[in-house]
Amino acid sequence: MTTANKFMVINGERVPFSGEKNILSVVRKAGIDLPTLCYYSELSVYGSCRMCMVEDQRGNIITACSTPPKNGMEIKTNTPRLKKYRKNILRLYLASHNRECTTCPRNTTCKLQDLAIRFGIEEIKFDKTDKAWKDEYKIDNSSPAITRDPNKCIQCGDCVRMCNETQNVGAIDFALRGYELKVCPAFDMPLAETECVNCGQCAAVCPTGAVTIKNDVPSVWKAIYDDKKRVVAQIAPAVRVALGEEFGISKGENVMPLIVSAMRKIGFDEIYDTSFTADLTVIEETNEFLGKLESGAKLPLFTSCCPAWVSYVEEKHPELMPQVSTCKSPQQMFGSVIKAYAKEKHQDDGRETIVVSVMPCTAKKAEAGRAEFVTDGSKDVDIVLTTKGLADMIYESGIVFKELEPEALDMPFGMYSGAGLIFGVTGGVTEAVIRKVMKDKSHASINNVKFCGARGMEGIKEFDLPLEDGETVLKIAVVSGLGNAEQLIRKMEAGEAFYHFIEVMACPGGCVGGAGQPFGLRNTKRLRAESIYASDKQTQFRHADENPVIPDLYNTILKDRTHDLLHVHYHK
Amino acid sequence: MKIIVGQGSCGIASGAKKTESKFKQHIEGNHLNADVTIAGCIGSCYLEPIADVIDDNGVHTRYVHLTSDKVERVVREHLLGGKPVEEYLIPESGRLFLEKQTRIALKNCGAINPENINDYIAAGGYQALKKALFEMDGDQICREIEKSGLRGRGGGGFPTGKKWVQVKSQKEPVKYIVCNGDEGDPGAFMDRSVMEGDPHKMLEGMIIAGIATGAQTGYIYVRAEYPLAVHRLQVAIAQAEEAGYLGENILGSSFNFSIRINLGAGAFVCGEGSALTASIEGNRGMPRVKPPRTVEQGLFGKPTVLNNVETFAHVSYIILNGAEGYRKIGIEKSPGTKAFALTGNVNNTGLIEVPMGTTLRTVIFEIGGGVRNGKSFKAVQIGGPSGGCLTEKHLDMSLDFDSLTKAGAMIGSGGLVVMDEDTCMVGIAKFFMNFTEHESCGKCVPCREGTHVMNEILDDIVNGRGSIDQIDMLLDLADTITNTALCGLGKTAASPVVSTIREFKSEYEAHVIDKYCPTGSCQGLKRIVIDAAQCKGCSKCQTVCPVNAISGERKKPYLINLATCIKCKRCIDSCPFKAIVEN
Repeated sequence: MTTANKFMVINGERVPFSGEKNILSVVRKAGIDLPTLCYYSELSVYGSCRMCMVEDQRGNIITACSTPPKNGMEIKTNTPRLKKYRKNILRLYLASHNRECTTCPRNTTCKLQDLAIRFGIEEIKFDKTDKAWKDEYKIDNSSPAITRDPNKCIQCGDCVRMCNETQNVGAIDFALRGYELKVCPAFDMPLAETECVNCGQCAAVCPTGAVTIKNDVPSVWKAIYDDKKRVVAQIAPAVRVALGEEFGISKGENVMPLIVSAMRKIGFDEIYDTSFTADLTVIEETNEFLGKLESGAKLPLFTSCCPAWVSYVEEKHPELMPQVSTCKSPQQMFGSVIKAYAKEKHQDDGRETIVVSVMPCTAKKAEAGRAEFVTDGSKDVDIVLTTKGLADMIYESGIVFKELEPEALDMPFGMYSGAGLIFGVTGGVTEAVIRKVMKDKSHASINNVKFCGARGMEGIKEFDLPLEDGETVLKIAVVSGLGNAEQLIRKMEAGEAFYHFIEVMACPGGCVGGAGQPFGLRNTKRLRAESIYASDKQTQFRHADENPVIPDLYNTILKDRTHDLLHVHYHK
Repeated sequence: MKIIVGQGSCGIASGAKKTESKFKQHIEGNHLNADVTIAGCIGSCYLEPIADVIDDNGVHTRYVHLTSDKVERVVREHLLGGKPVEEYLIPESGRLFLEKQTRIALKNCGAINPENINDYIAAGGYQALKKALFEMDGDQICREIEKSGLRGRGGGGFPTGKKWVQVKSQKEPVKYIVCNGDEGDPGAFMDRSVMEGDPHKMLEGMIIAGIATGAQTGYIYVRAEYPLAVHRLQVAIAQAEEAGYLGENILGSSFNFSIRINLGAGAFVCGEGSALTASIEGNRGMPRVKPPRTVEQGLFGKPTVLNNVETFAHVSYIILNGAEGYRKIGIEKSPGTKAFALTGNVNNTGLIEVPMGTTLRTVIFEIGGGVRNGKSFKAVQIGGPSGGCLTEKHLDMSLDFDSLTKAGAMIGSGGLVVMDEDTCMVGIAKFFMNFTEHESCGKCVPCREGTHVMNEILDDIVNGRGSIDQIDMLLDLADTITNTALCGLGKTAASPVVSTIREFKSEYEAHVIDKYCPTGSCQGLKRIVIDAAQCKGCSKCQTVCPVNAISGERKKPYLINLATCIKCKRCIDSCPFKAIVEN
């Protein structure tokens, strides 16, 4: 029998299957949304929540996530027994779960809350436990990016597997057992004192409010309401293709003009685009790379745009630090450039410049707070908002996002090329650098770069890039997900591979999949990426050198200060 | 002349080491020509310390309760005088206890020195290994084990031969043999006795499993709470390596097999296959979802035979006597013997081994000598926290895998806790539920939260806070846990509650409706009160109360604060006017 002929019988209906690894995928393909709290197709199967149970023809209860489909298998998904068990399991969850829903950051986006509503849990039958009412565990607020509230944890282990399997960081794991089981760093240390790299993917997969992203919205409001402050915003590339989802706009749509409009209404004084400094990064990083290539310095050169990746190298591979590009990330370049610019331009208005960045990222919050990023006694970036944080401000202001009139960014730092824009997706930095390295800058040639192998949502992409001199062939790797980066590092250590240039983004899929984005599944990430590439095609300039503001900048603010403002030496 | 002092953990706990050194001292002092040696536990734990005297004519005399103070007399009257000390001899019941048994796994326990490989070889040890190595191939061994009908003695009763065949058929070249010695059931100690009393038998079984399946490495997972077992296994492995039964080119053949010991930290859940292998790998001991099964991807992701100690101890017998010879013992669907740890309110406690199919009545009344102190039999908890309780009406039921499962209990690892008329069945259910809650790994919700809630409900019931609808709630939760928990231990976690409600519902009802414990054993349902009419206000009770639960003014009746009172009854004893009563 060929694979195409295989089928299962689900609730009496024949459902064909071929490559599906488990019954759950087949059931979902058949249009039935089996509930889960601990299942992500990207992570290993854990099987702890028991919500995806189905009943087979012999009356056995099996978990759909962990059982492979078999040809001819008959299952039911909604029998009276299953209903009873699912409800009882939810009641057991709720019996010990914190009940401060209205003040929880995940109120209305909590998966447990969602299932309780879906299954009509009207009373907590097993209300025998006092755990629900007392905050047994201390909230861990030590990290600049992530808040852990173990009182809201349902021990699904999603964060643990994300941190260990996908990211190879291992900052958190289970401790104790049974009813006392909890997720925490080793020896229950504060998260800030662990190897956590602040990628925030734990929060991205947490079904409840046990791991959340630090909320910096109040400090932004405070700055906006302060007349003595000029609040200057930068918006990262990946934000524009994700924010719309929050307001019912189709997934992946580029809503930058609406974001600008909303932010003006909120009261930001100047609104710019981080893609501008991404262009600067392309120029600086390409020069650094070509310089190293020419001088025979140790390669590969690793990209440095992703602060979680930089932290990862500091924690796990300090020996590789000299090979990480000295370029500041676009966020930090923006901060130092804009502050230097403001100093000259607004010398006498007596207002202090506050740089707020809107990022898809949580590690950016930690990055902005690093001691290396203080220029002339002032932080390059003062406050970092996530995409979700900006959405919260729009909600709070009562702005009807969908009905806004589109508006344009401020100049000069609202000018950017497509090369800077594609930083928001895995492979983007690489593609931007290639566009710069290429001597043939014709339209056709730039368009062709997309076939080089840098695009796509795969975790590891490796390809050869023949240079136009006809001699050099560059070996390039593009990685997203820190676990994938680790794989590559081990391959290099074992002498099994060599690369000239490696782009690393900590979040799977790159910044479009950042933990600061509205909660998104894999499919959403892909749509966001496609949208970024589509917008890139529509930009006036396709490679960084074309950005008309940049030459001027090198002659003014950056004159003699290129290194100072655009580069960094980490000293952890 | 030879003197064997039983030195299982039970013997040592009763003072066998002192007995041994006293013997040595007196033998040396009297310049006697006698060897003093040790053996594992013979099973009659209630008679320890036990010492056997074998005189030069081979006459075997067994002394029981032979504490060190009695040794001098034995040496004087028996060793020197040639006349056994009648007073210390094993009683008739003790002899029956042993005679009524059929021993395969425990055959050498208590008879040979577990720290001397030559004793094991003299008792026919490693003959099966030779046969398996030179007269059989892997397929033949697997077939023999399959034909024998041997089922895993760890609880599940899965056919051992089938497991071996499945591992053998895996293409992966690296395979493992894992021996589960993580005996965690309260009241079970058969695996410990085998490891302490006859470690080579288990090693031999593991090596044969290696030949059968093509594995070259074995792991023994023993709980660290079994230091004596660990020590004897270490000694046995070293001696077997020295003698060429383990290591490279075993007995000159091309077969290599090595065995490592892995200490477990004593988590009950690590007795579950996938949690055990995770623990050996250095990971958190938590069961994982299956498939893949252990036979496909077990230890380090490789095909793995995982059997418990007792199962491996049956292998050499099957190889030597053939499947047919083995099938002569026991019954059709459960051939062979099974070891049980007989404990609780029974006269003869200890370790026994009987053919499958033996009745409970034989075990409790003939071998166990009946219920202690002339009390009447109420129930027996079989299979530990995963099992269930059986009553009077089950006494003539056959003890085997299938009958027990049908009766709502299970063989489990073979704990048999006998309970008399004074045992509160709600209390028993609470005891096991407390155990299960504390030993739950916490991975899946039904087990983690469900056992906690059930334990809380039971706590209410035994403390007089229960209500009638809580009994249904217990059954409702039990049904959910049984059908939805991730691992076998979770699925059976509610069994003691379900079976006690089934057999003793009226007892539960008395607790929740009348707030009365029919056996009077639930402390929480007792009230200690001062009869105001009798109390003279002398304050003596107040002085002795350890928790300051009694207050009052002198010469006026005192009062007990029931919320603070721990029912220690010191006040009752102290009252000169008998004014304090328990009701």
